[in-house]
Amino acid sequence: MAAVATCGTGAGSTGSVVAAGSKNHVTSFQRRGPRASGSDSSYSRLVSIAGTRPSVRNGQLLVSTGLPALDQLLGGGLAVGTVLLIEEDKYNIYSSLLFKYFLAEGIINGHTLLVASAKEDPADILQELPAPLLDDNFKKDFDEEACNHKTAESNIKMKIAWRYQLLPKMEAGPVSSSRFGHYYDASKKMPQELIEASKWHGFFFPEKSSSTLNIEPCSLTHGYIKLLQFIQNIIYEEGFDGSNPQKKQKNILRIGIQNLGSPLWGDDICCTENGNSHSLTKFLYVLRGLLRTSLSACMITMPTHLIQNKAIISRVTNLSDTVVGLESFIGSERETNPLYKDYHGLIHIRQIPRLNNLIYDVSDVKDLAFKLKRKLFTIERLHLPPDLSDTVSRSSKQDLAEPSKLLGPGCGVMAGGKKHLDF
Amino acid sequence: DQLLNRPRSLSGPSGKLTLLCDANTDGSFLVHHFLSFYLKANCKVCFVALIQSFSHYNIVGQKLGVSLTVARECGQLVFLEGLKSSVDVFFRAQAEPHPLQFLREANAENLQPLYEFVREALKPVDDGEAAWRCPVLLVDDLSVLLSLGMGAVAVLDFIHYCRATVCWERKGNIVALVHDSGDTEDEENNILLNGLSHQSHLILRAEGLATGFCRDVHGQLRILWRTPSQPTTQRDQSLTYQYKIQDKSVSFFAKGMSPAVL
Repeated sequence: MAAVATCGTGAGSTGSVVAAGSKNHVTSFQRRGPRASGSDSSYSRLVSIAGTRPSVRNGQLLVSTGLPALDQLLGGGLAVGTVLLIEEDKYNIYSSLLFKYFLAEGIINGHTLLVASAKEDPADILQELPAPLLDDNFKKDFDEEACNHKTAESNIKMKIAWRYQLLPKMEAGPVSSSRFGHYYDASKKMPQELIEASKWHGFFFPEKSSSTLNIEPCSLTHGYIKLLQFIQNIIYEEGFDGSNPQKKQKNILRIGIQNLGSPLWGDDICCTENGNSHSLTKFLYVLRGLLRTSLSACMITMPTHLIQNKAIISRVTNLSDTVVGLESFIGSERETNPLYKDYHGLIHIRQIPRLNNLIYDVSDVKDLAFKLKRKLFTIERLHLPPDLSDTVSRSSKQDLAEPSKLLGPGCGVMAGGKKHLDF
Repeated sequence: DQLLNRPRSLSGPSGKLTLLCDANTDGSFLVHHFLSFYLKANCKVCFVALIQSFSHYNIVGQKLGVSLTVARECGQLVFLEGLKSSVDVFFRAQAEPHPLQFLREANAENLQPLYEFVREALKPVDDGEAAWRCPVLLVDDLSVLLSLGMGAVAVLDFIHYCRATVCWERKGNIVALVHDSGDTEDEENNILLNGLSHQSHLILRAEGLATGFCRDVHGQLRILWRTPSQPTTQRDQSLTYQYKIQDKSVSFFAKGMSPAVL
């Protein structure tokens, strides 16, 4: 739905974008360095950064998150200068996969990476990135797979449920050799030469924690202060904030922070309820300030299910731009629930930012589930299967009612009503 | 612009505190409206923008018909960009006190530097060449101050001081946005919200629909007029509208009268 809607309005608004061309140069989100304000050459230079494209809605520069399905849900991609917060699933399986997709996308596009982790050495994380799928190989496999599950829904006109024919399908495979957003094979590793050719900086907290602090104590935990200084150093030295006018080729800095807020960073919000409750929020605020004034995009994974003080979660959500929550079925009772047998988990888009606009792209589909196939991470609309059994026992009806109640509330920013209409 | 069909007059009694509140939805369209409204009405505006960058407000403002860059250059608008200044404050020690000084301190007691900034910004200009109308303080948003380590009492004190200066001394208006956290037990936020609701003259509350997400009706706006100073012989008036946000405006309609439904 979102793809159709943006295509429709895109045709109309690109006209206005072109017409208000000079206005857009000044007003694009990239107005940072002394050069990047209101000149034709800088606008075309910005657009030509590899791996980015302007949004059709507001001319924002977007980068891919590494998952084209997620890009579609977020309105085209992740806007440069914003924070994407992933609320981790319980065992941190799928969120670390999304994290790797994000970094792999950066390597393929030639962006500079900054990987921060308190758990694993960034060099090790980079070794485990999934390999990109080349279009021709994948198309062959994908076509074979599609033939194998011969559902024939798309080809045969629906006779009874003909209204559903009008619903657009969510894209599941590579449609064209787009340079924005690539598909990755989770079973293979990224070739070594690509990793070595890329530019990356790593921040591994246990290594850096021993050096001394030289700013006055504020309420941020030690780890966060060091991480902020590191990020700010890289941004300043490499000229992502336009401060170094020698740079000919502008590039995007992709920052990935893993497990922020976990006790490994020295923060105790996951352990006690009355811990240092402002450390994480202050960190996010200053980080966002850094991002807004530089050509960078950040993905943070956070174990929000561990945070004891629920107020912090809402504050963190308010302070981030895009928030996506993952809920995997592993280990929960939903694993055996027949509703969810095709999927590995649910994905909740909790917040999408309204940047430079009063409105935003929001997909109509609120019940989304993901599954990880061998080569593909798909996000699909969750359908409740029809209840075909003759004897519907009371317990199964209970099971069906419970998850459907949870599917009701939509995106938190739009309207998060807990009550729903029972038909 | 906006199809706000409630009576609004700037020449009416000034010195008002308007509270914008959002629950389960995003109330920033109200901030954009007030910003463009006051700029068009030729008021001197001090905008403490803590949550988004200047270019964001500028672009939306252009859609609503005001240019923030022009206003800033001619002195009508004093803009404190929280995100950009926070980076400056945090990484480099400042010589003079900065409005966001509390970011560096471990236990910041109060928001006095911020108050001094506001007072300085809305000082009446003595040469009188550009006679702006009443001064306005706009804050977007106050809940962020809680996240940055200030207590609810400190924020309430800040608003109280600003009110004394802006509303009573200079006969201006204050508009502030606070998030309502709803179910989550954010006590500090609740203290702030209740305290401000008690003090304000006008409360605009944007809520999500109780039944969940809808494409055509983005939410519900509750307007509540209050007269906190007078003993309430007259009852507080309240109105409820539902709204849909469009690209350049917001359309309001009575409950159930959305054009999509009729």
